[in-house]
Amino acid sequence: MKPRIFAAALSAATVIVLSGCSTSAPLNTAGTNSKETFVVGSQDYYSNEIIAETYAQALEAAGYPVERQLRIGQREAYLPEIEAGQIDLVPEYTGPALQHWQPGTTARLADAVYADLQEAVPENLRVLEQSPATDQDAYVVTREFADRWNLTTIADLAKVTEPLTLGGNSEGETRPNGPRGLKDKYGVDVAFTPIEDGGGPLTVKALQDNDVQLAIIYTADPSIQKNDLVVLQDPEGLFLASNVVPVASDDINDEAATLINKISSVMTAKELIALNARSVDEKLPAATIAKDWLTAKSLI
Amino acid sequence: MIWLVTGWPQALQLALTHLALSLPAIILSVLIALPLGVLANRRPQFGGALLSSAGLLYAIPALPLLIIVPALLGIPLRSPVTMVVVLTVYGFALLVRSVADAFGAVDQTVRRAAVAIGHSPRAVFWQVELPLAVPVILSGVRVVVVSTIGLVTIGALVGISSLGTLFTDGFQRGIVEEVLTGMVLTVVLAMLLDTVVVIAGRILTPWTRASRPGREKADRHLTASAEVHR
Amino acid sequence: MTLVFETLAWLNDSARWAGSNGITQRLLEHLAVTAGVVLVGAAIALPVGITVGHTHRGRTVVAALAGAARAIPTLGLLTILGLALGIGLQAPVLALIVLAVPSLLAGAYAGVENVSPATVDAARASGMSELQIIVLVELPLAAPIILGGVRAATLQVVATATLAAYVADVGLGRYLYAGLKTRDYPQMLAGAVLLMILALLLELLLSAVQRAGRRVASPSGSQLPHHA
Repeated sequence: MKPRIFAAALSAATVIVLSGCSTSAPLNTAGTNSKETFVVGSQDYYSNEIIAETYAQALEAAGYPVERQLRIGQREAYLPEIEAGQIDLVPEYTGPALQHWQPGTTARLADAVYADLQEAVPENLRVLEQSPATDQDAYVVTREFADRWNLTTIADLAKVTEPLTLGGNSEGETRPNGPRGLKDKYGVDVAFTPIEDGGGPLTVKALQDNDVQLAIIYTADPSIQKNDLVVLQDPEGLFLASNVVPVASDDINDEAATLINKISSVMTAKELIALNARSVDEKLPAATIAKDWLTAKSLI
Repeated sequence: MIWLVTGWPQALQLALTHLALSLPAIILSVLIALPLGVLANRRPQFGGALLSSAGLLYAIPALPLLIIVPALLGIPLRSPVTMVVVLTVYGFALLVRSVADAFGAVDQTVRRAAVAIGHSPRAVFWQVELPLAVPVILSGVRVVVVSTIGLVTIGALVGISSLGTLFTDGFQRGIVEEVLTGMVLTVVLAMLLDTVVVIAGRILTPWTRASRPGREKADRHLTASAEVHR
Repeated sequence: MTLVFETLAWLNDSARWAGSNGITQRLLEHLAVTAGVVLVGAAIALPVGITVGHTHRGRTVVAALAGAARAIPTLGLLTILGLALGIGLQAPVLALIVLAVPSLLAGAYAGVENVSPATVDAARASGMSELQIIVLVELPLAAPIILGGVRAATLQVVATATLAAYVADVGLGRYLYAGLKTRDYPQMLAGAVLLMILALLLELLLSAVQRAGRRVASPSGSQLPHHA
């Protein structure tokens, strides 16, 4: 009989371990706490994680319990979760978010994009105030390449006679500002090669090794200045303005919203680049960087 | 070493999460594979079909399975249950063949001897066949342990926290030590659990320590019924 | 269920089969990477394994190394190699070789050391050189187990070669990643289905080769059972 008891005990232990180690809370529990728990999420992007941490820590400092669901994935993965109410707050970027909900949008400049975004957001969500901080998708080339072909704008790429390959995340291949957009708006043909590091070190290396000539790197990435890369200008508006903006569910109350808006107003593009630089150069965890910044800005 | 100085709490936390996902899966794999493997051994026709299906299961790539399972079961993608179910599927597919082989390798004369002595079929199974099958089953469990711990890292690609998160984050920020730490911790975890399984094996099969002096008396007692009628 | 239909429709679309991101191309790439990795892995692992099995020396060390190598997560290794070597096939191929070697190694030394010592001694007594013993006696007799190692390694590599798409524009993994990142699940599932079919075909092929190996090892089927 012993082995049976052993097996039963194992099964029981399994159930206990499973339930005890649950890491996801599907629904918001507005229980007997005086303050409800907010679920703060982030993209699978270290910069986004830092911003999410600033939101989370500010809320915690104000007495709200916060559950973190960081590094969920790309927009296509986490937006459905916030739409379904599983996440309450996530830092987003105005342009790409608008294009996700309204692919055909013609808005390009920051205010127009923000206004349209407020309309385009689904029923049970809203966007809080946008931040002056921008983190733009951008087409980037090496200084050497730009000098060789005399490139300042994306349109100049048409002058290049050698075959062009674009490097970027998988989802960039089918997004409106990918190879399709390059062809439609600028008449430039590019091949696409996937590099799954979000414009990170592999992408930079690929550019420098000339494995790709063109890459999608975000403007808040410290590697642009560090490696003397050139951001090509975008006169035709392939890329929409991309300001940091918090997307919030209905559960975020006014007090919380005010706190978050304060953070947004203090963060500028330069601040964001500096935060990112701390992550990449000093290799600090997002929580530490967020805490230091919030303290320095007297936000907590 | 800069990253490690501030990053080690996070690494440790992820290691614990990693373990919390692996252990239930390994245990469940064993609990499911044991009876089914025995059945496969007893009924060869059913067994053949089962083992082929198990081979097929193992060929399913992990990423799609991580998406299909939550859709089928109606649970959130990033719930720990998803990962545990997927890991159990692979663990079961790996182990069921070992279990079937283990029981197949039990010497039929030993079995018949036990029946001849007068053991009931249940006793024959629990007191003769299972103990003799344990060594081969355990070597299968060791494979499952290593495979499961390695597989958990893939979850990072769909937002499931584990040591694999150290890979994706290190990748994005270009921090080699972070990735290395993730790899080392994964290997260490696997080796630790492997050792636990080996020790469990020694405890469960005391007769395999026959060559040690001072053990002879106990061993003779345990294997006597089998030895006499060989 | 609509997902199943969408996946089948995706596969059925004849336009998808042609071109540089076409199914035929990706299948061939995937197969080429798998074959290349297993061949290189065998070239490294088999001589070492055979030597260990033949000389009955170094087995503990080699077995321990193989065991540790098995525990290395391929994604992690690929990430480090990618950071060092950049995009392209170099990093995935190296990472996959590390994945393949343990099974190939284990198959080689287990197969050779399992050959009955009496047979080897008889061969030695009849004047064969060590090399002749290995090639003419041990290898044929060890063939089934060695081929079992090849089969295990191939299956692992074929399944894991999807990771090559993480840093290179190669293989069926492209469908998995592109589908995953853009939530295009029919594409992702189609990639999975293609992978499973490929794995199944390789399984069938290699199990047939292994059976042939068994016939070489014991032509009359009268090989005495060994206790492994």
